[in-house]
Amino acid sequence: MSGLIGKKIGMTSVFDASGKNVPCTVIEAGPCVVTQIRTKEIDGYDAIQLAFDDKKEKHTSKALLGHFAKAKTTPKKMVAEFTRFEPGHQKKFGDTLTCDVFIEGEFIDVVGTSKGKGFQGVVKRHGFSGVGQATHGQHNRLRAPGSLGASSYPSRVFKGMRMAGRMGGNRVKMINLQVMKLIPEKNIVIVKGSVPGPNGSYLILERWS
Amino acid sequence: MNQAEIMKVAQGSMIERKEWPVFGAGDTVTVHYKIKEGNKERIQPYQGVVIQVKGDETVRTFTVRKISGNIGVERIFPIHSPFIEKIEVNRRGHVRRARIFYLRDLRGKKARIKERKY
Repeated sequence: MSGLIGKKIGMTSVFDASGKNVPCTVIEAGPCVVTQIRTKEIDGYDAIQLAFDDKKEKHTSKALLGHFAKAKTTPKKMVAEFTRFEPGHQKKFGDTLTCDVFIEGEFIDVVGTSKGKGFQGVVKRHGFSGVGQATHGQHNRLRAPGSLGASSYPSRVFKGMRMAGRMGGNRVKMINLQVMKLIPEKNIVIVKGSVPGPNGSYLILERWS
Repeated sequence: MNQAEIMKVAQGSMIERKEWPVFGAGDTVTVHYKIKEGNKERIQPYQGVVIQVKGDETVRTFTVRKISGNIGVERIFPIHSPFIEKIEVNRRGHVRRARIFYLRDLRGKKARIKERKY
């Protein structure tokens, strides 16, 4: 496996070889610095910690400054652990990873936080179809959830009943997005399709091997 | 680099730019469009009035309206579409707005556009 941290830039569309107009997302990915290597002996698991996107020293706590100074790098905004690099990955403390860890045409997974939608009803949140008609005496129940279940038995609402509530803002993984193009000198990865979250949000890019 | 600059670089790298004459709303154009029929490929000219040009540089599209057998037909072309063989500007029109949707409600003599003299 290989992975990177990136930032969503926005969507655009391109024409592929057959002339089809394909939607795709532009991601600024890397350069990421290896700021820590976790090993089974010390931490109980194997992982690589990557850091991405510079931030000002004055906005960084002393503890974090020390952490980044150890890897001989500037303070970073986003830090994430990648647990599934294969055992003999040869990544060393302080190494820099750029978007050429991926190859054009291969399929990667992208993880992000979806856009928050606020408190939403069941029609938008769970795809309920609402109740009945708008006419024939129907009154103010157009987008209501309807019945929650039977009456005297079970005399309660089952756990996990789908109701209105907070929607969005969840961790979402998009799997098998094709890498359309890589521009290593500008750290740009262009993938086919959409990725979760608003423009400017952080993303985790992974490839399974 | 800020986000807008990155977007520009990314879009620029993906598009095969073609040189078309400059045209806008009110102009009459002929779009030579490649059509695939089975294995054969032929070119179909489509002539009409441009009623709008929209979108940013690389994702720009334009809408061409023509009257075909008393029925209004509108087609939207992406300006960088690989199927466009050629775009000819036949006539420059004088209009006072960028999107001349009022043309849809007009018929016959009312639907004429003055020629631009400059």
